[in-house]
Formats: sequence, structure tokens, C-alpha cells
Amino acid sequence: MKKVKIMPCLDMKEGRVVKGVHFVDLKDAGDPIENAALYQKEGADELAMLDIAATLENRKTRLEWVKGVSPVIDIPLTVGGGISTLKDIELTLDAGADNVSINSAAVKNPEIVKSASKEFGSQFLTIAVDGRRNNDMPSGFEVVVSGGTRPAGIDAVQWAAQCEEMGAGVILPTSMDGDGTQAGYDLEYTKAISDAVNIPVIASGGAGKLSDFYNAVEKGGADILLAASVFHYRTFSVKQVKEYLQDKGVDVFFRA
Amino acid sequence: MIAIIDYGTGNLKSIRNGFLKVGVDVEITKDPYKIEKADALILPGVGAFGRAMKHLEDYKVLIHDYINTGKPFLGVCLGLQLLFTKSQEDEGIRGLDVFRGEVLRLPEGLKIPHMGWNDLKIVNECPVLNGIGNDYVYFVHSYYVKPEDESIIAATTNYGIDVTAAVCKDNIFATQFHPEKSGEVGLKMLKNFVKEI
Repeated sequence: MKKVKIMPCLDMKEGRVVKGVHFVDLKDAGDPIENAALYQKEGADELAMLDIAATLENRKTRLEWVKGVSPVIDIPLTVGGGISTLKDIELTLDAGADNVSINSAAVKNPEIVKSASKEFGSQFLTIAVDGRRNNDMPSGFEVVVSGGTRPAGIDAVQWAAQCEEMGAGVILPTSMDGDGTQAGYDLEYTKAISDAVNIPVIASGGAGKLSDFYNAVEKGGADILLAASVFHYRTFSVKQVKEYLQDKGVDVFFRA
Repeated sequence: MIAIIDYGTGNLKSIRNGFLKVGVDVEITKDPYKIEKADALILPGVGAFGRAMKHLEDYKVLIHDYINTGKPFLGVCLGLQLLFTKSQEDEGIRGLDVFRGEVLRLPEGLKIPHMGWNDLKIVNECPVLNGIGNDYVYFVHSYYVKPEDESIIAATTNYGIDVTAAVCKDNIFATQFHPEKSGEVGLKMLKNFVKEI
């Protein structure tokens, strides 16, 4: 049986941790190094840090916080947001990330998925697939880019499968219909993606209750459970989520 | 001085951080002279098999010579796979061929890459695994090694099939998992490795 992993996410803006609802109304939320160390101590299996306001100018800032955080943790660190070229990937991995997440850049230029997996290895490459409901699409979900603001006109589930074929190592589907609302992971979207690919899937966006985590595994088919708000606002600790899942019969790992 | 061969992009810092936690500094270097003089050498995993071999082209002889000196050598993840003859990841490209054998893709059925904590089964004695038992360590990989000489396998893990988790022969120790991402258990291995110097 698979072991499900818990992945707290730090949303980053200008070197600080923030947490947004629907990607707007950001609240300042503190120091990335302190947050990262705390999550590791609580038993996080992996850590994600997503630069939600990535611009060309703050590329350097991103490398600085990656360099700051990576020495204090020994769990895998996934870094995303604004990573658009092979050079960006190289610099981010060299700064201490274990995995990079690419989103809009892959949609604009699918070749980057192929070349990045060849150059750096699939295991270093996560493709984030932001989607929202659109009945004109075969799967009912359409890819959106640029922080969820622009529909890309392609089917989200087909796109995820195509990314796997091109060498992606992990898929991170986020439903723009549910992100930041704490109304639960979008199970339909997560399930549609996890059924379509054979690589690990990170459920993302909307976790608010303990049962949401369980449903993402049981109904959504996710391998990794990402959450930001519930951990950030201390609704639950990582440990609480793991204990809950274990009680429900889900296999999780407790580090010694 | 312990050296990590810097031959391309990857998280080399995390291995160095692991060693720093057990009180030993490690130099990440491209310099053949420093590599040759190192008291112990680490071959990290960087990228895909074919690309890594291309980047390692200039270091092949150096690595073989180093291993022949009998000084401790550590391979991690792809750094384990590169020690073998060839890989299904990039057919037609020859590995370092320190060990005869092939690198195979994990079987279909379970998710690939295999990412996450999995438990070790120690199958052969190895100094670096002293004090390690049925412990959990962190894996991230899509391929696994199948040595011709199975006696070099020190530990396995089960991911649908039994997968080589670590090989150990004389001065060579190499792991499919990431000791530097495996908490206290991994640090214990790094400590054991340092003792071999």
C-alpha cells in the first residue's frame, strides 16, 4: 500500500511567507526559514514553497530564500512560481531545491518539460496544472495560467497526461474553483488527473477539514497532500493530520 | 577533505548539509586535483543517466583511479546507477562500469517515480550500515540497479518488487535512497561513512 505524504506549502511573496485566498487579499505571514523548520519538526514529509508573485526582478530574491531554507531542512523542497527557463531551473536546484515546479512556462513552451527532464531528471520536475471547470473541454477542466487569471484553451487532464509522457515526475493539480476557500480539495479534478497519470499526484487547494485530507486520498487518488492555510493558521498540525489519516487506515510515515 | 564531484546541476548542497550535521565539511568541486587528493569521494545524482555520463566524460578515468586507491567512495541515487554498465534510461550509453550490471526501469503498476519513505531490508553486512536495521529511508527514483554479482547488494527495499537499496563492496558504498534526506538514520550512515576514512 502506498504511503501518503503531507506537504505543507509556504506561499512566498518578495521573500516573505504569505497566504492568499483566491490568490488575492494577501496577509503577511512571516519568515520562511522559521516556517520551514517548524513544518519539518512537526513531521512534514516534504515542503513546497511557491512564489506567487514571481517577476523577473525577484528571481534573485527567490534564490536567496531557497538558499536560506534548504540548509535548515532535510526533507525534499519543491520550489515553484515564475520558473520559466532551463537556467531558472538550474539556478533553483543549485540554490538547494530538490524539485522545481513549472506551470505557465510549460503551457507556453511544452518543449521545456522534455528538455528539463532530460537535463535534470524527471524526479526533479513537478508540473503544476491549474485548472477550472469548463464544459467545452473533453474532461470538463481547462488549464488556466498566469496565477489562474487566463484560460489557456487546453484540456487540463489531457495536458497532465501529456506532461507525464514528456518526462514530468510529479503532477500538482490545483483547482481554481476551490483554492484558498478551505471548502475541501476539488476531488473531481484531483481524481480526473490521478486516473490519467501514473506519476505521483499532489492534491492541492482547498484543504480545511481533517476529512478533506482523507477524501483526497480515498476519493481523489492523491499521493501527496499539499496544504497551506490550515497549517499556516494552526488549524491543525501536520502531526494531527497524520494521526487522523492513520486512524482512518491510511498509511502514513512518522519519522523517528 | 571529502569531495563531492560537481558535474552539473542538482542539489549537491543537501549532501553537504548532511555531512555538516555530522560535523564534517565537504567541498563541492570540479577540480580534478582536489578530487584526486580527497580523503573520500562522493558521486551525487544529477539529472538523467545519459546526460550525467556526458558531463562525467572528463572524470571517468579519475573516478576509476580513485576507487582503485581504496579510499572511501560514496554514490547517491543516480550516483549509484552510474557505477553500472548501462541503463534503460538511455540505451546505448555506457556507464562507469565499475560494477557489471544493468539499470532497469521500475515495473509498471506502482507510481513512478517511487517517491517517499520505504523500509530497508539488510541482506549483507556493510560497515556503513552498522547500527541500521529495518529502518525507513527516503527514495526518489524511477530506475533501479540489477548487479550481476548479487553479493554486492547490502540492502533492498520493496516497491512492488525487491529493489536494490544499497550496494557495498570494499571501499565503495552507494545508495539508491538519499541518506541526506533520511533523517537520523541517514545521518548515522554518513557518520559511519566518515569513520571509514
